[in-house]
Amino acid sequence: MTPVLELKGVAHAYPDGHQALFGVDLHVHRGERVALLGPNGAGKTTLVLHLNGILTAGAGTVTVSGLPVAPENLLEIRRRVGIVFQDPDDQLFMPTVRQDVAFGPANMGVRGAELDAVVDSALARVGMSAFADRPPHHLSFGQKRRVAVATVLAMEPEILVLDEPSSNLDPASRRELADILRSLDVTLLMVTHDLPYALELCERSVLLSDGVVVGDGPTVSILGDDDLMRAHRLELPAGFDPHRV
Amino acid sequence: MGGAHGHSLHFHGHSVVHRLPAHLKLVALVVYVIAVVATPAGQWWAFGLHAVVLVGVMAATRIPAGYIGRRMLIEVPFVVFALIMPFVAQGPRVQVGPFSLSEAGLLAAATLLLKGTLGVGASVVFAATTEAADIVTGLRRVGLPRQLVEIIAFMVRYLDVVTGQLIRMKVARASRGFSARSVRQWPVLGSTAGALFIRSYERGERVHLAMLSRGYSGAMPDLAPVSTSTGPWVAALVAPAVSVVIAVTALVLR
Ligand SMILES: Nc1ncnc2c1ncn2[C@@H]1O[C@H](COP(=O)(O)OP(=O)(O)O)[C@@H](O)[C@H]1O
Ligand SMILES: [Mg+2]
Repeated sequence: MTPVLELKGVAHAYPDGHQALFGVDLHVHRGERVALLGPNGAGKTTLVLHLNGILTAGAGTVTVSGLPVAPENLLEIRRRVGIVFQDPDDQLFMPTVRQDVAFGPANMGVRGAELDAVVDSALARVGMSAFADRPPHHLSFGQKRRVAVATVLAMEPEILVLDEPSSNLDPASRRELADILRSLDVTLLMVTHDLPYALELCERSVLLSDGVVVGDGPTVSILGDDDLMRAHRLELPAGFDPHRV
Repeated sequence: MGGAHGHSLHFHGHSVVHRLPAHLKLVALVVYVIAVVATPAGQWWAFGLHAVVLVGVMAATRIPAGYIGRRMLIEVPFVVFALIMPFVAQGPRVQVGPFSLSEAGLLAAATLLLKGTLGVGASVVFAATTEAADIVTGLRRVGLPRQLVEIIAFMVRYLDVVTGQLIRMKVARASRGFSARSVRQWPVLGSTAGALFIRSYERGERVHLAMLSRGYSGAMPDLAPVSTSTGPWVAALVAPAVSVVIAVTALVLR
């Protein structure tokens, strides 16, 4: 079966010469929920920006369900890969929630009643239907993050990519988001350094450090490998035992 | 910054005026203001009738008079200017108490005050009954160039975000004992402005990335709701139509 996401030897250097990725290999298959773990500056966001062609790899290839990420495929690639960015204020730029959720599908040519249906269903999936006609800047942070997820769900992506979804959320919002993510029937790649969150939501984890993949396996064994964790500046909360969750 | 709903001038409600489409209210506002401005000076009865029209619309909004009154304070600079006019204008003078005032100045001041008050009143009614997002939609519907509308839309969207950032920077500055008391502290204010500019610029880049990620390719899709029936047109234009009749009559009778 073709993987939803396939990266081969992806390397990237920023224009200022800083090399952020050194040959990353990664496969994600349909229906998987994968956590991409790594300390600050490991290159996680850089990697995410390669998945839909915002950044282009200096070397290596990225393919999405067999379609290479290349300039001629960009529109289709961006429909297939839905990225939820770290700061929802960056993602929600339209005057109302409804218009924001409609933005993606409208760019794909969806219009009229079909567009309304897509928007309503996306908002319902994140429990934000009641806020459709509100301007985004009047929502709480947790609500903004849920709408940001809806803006991407509306494009019916093959893989949902979230960059640090639990950052800045209070415990209740963090829980609500986890419930929503669990209820979605999509392939998920979740970038995070919230290790308990990774354990809760993802059966598999990939550990990225200094631009290379240094670990890939069941989340329990990755988090349980003390030497690996210590070597890459990842720490579980005090008293947290991954084997007892 | 604003309540749970809308921008700081907005007053949440469900009156007829609130429900009218924004572009119709915008057209109505412009027509009304033109009618008021076109009314010749000295036709006091006409200004009286314009005021009746405006008060009628204000009543229809069901917004408390005090709320509208406070929002109208924006007019104060014009009032000051109008009060000065009778003292400085030339021509024949009349004696009012201890003051010798110019007749032409008095007429001009009274006209300025009346026209200004009616115009500001109508604008406050528009702003108080229309959400920011709908104002943007309205501007597009009345045919303002696309690019301009998009710039205004982004401005409305990010005004709170940028103001919030500025406030946090001020708090951070003050928490480290800073207060801008003398010219020597201006460089610090300058660097705050610079930092704010850079942050906003970076935000712009990130927003652009987020737009590209959802298939943006240079043109914003038109997603604002449309209304097609003629009922709202009639409702929106009743008041300004009355004012146009008043203005025309006043011009003819002059
Ligand atoms: N636009 C950029 N220009 C130059 N270097 C960058 C840029 N963005 C990120 N970097 C650098 O690339 C490395 C990886 O960054 P990033 O992918 O954001 O890490 P993470 O998301 O894992 O914290 C960091 O060392 C960062 O400083
Ligand atoms: Mg990051």
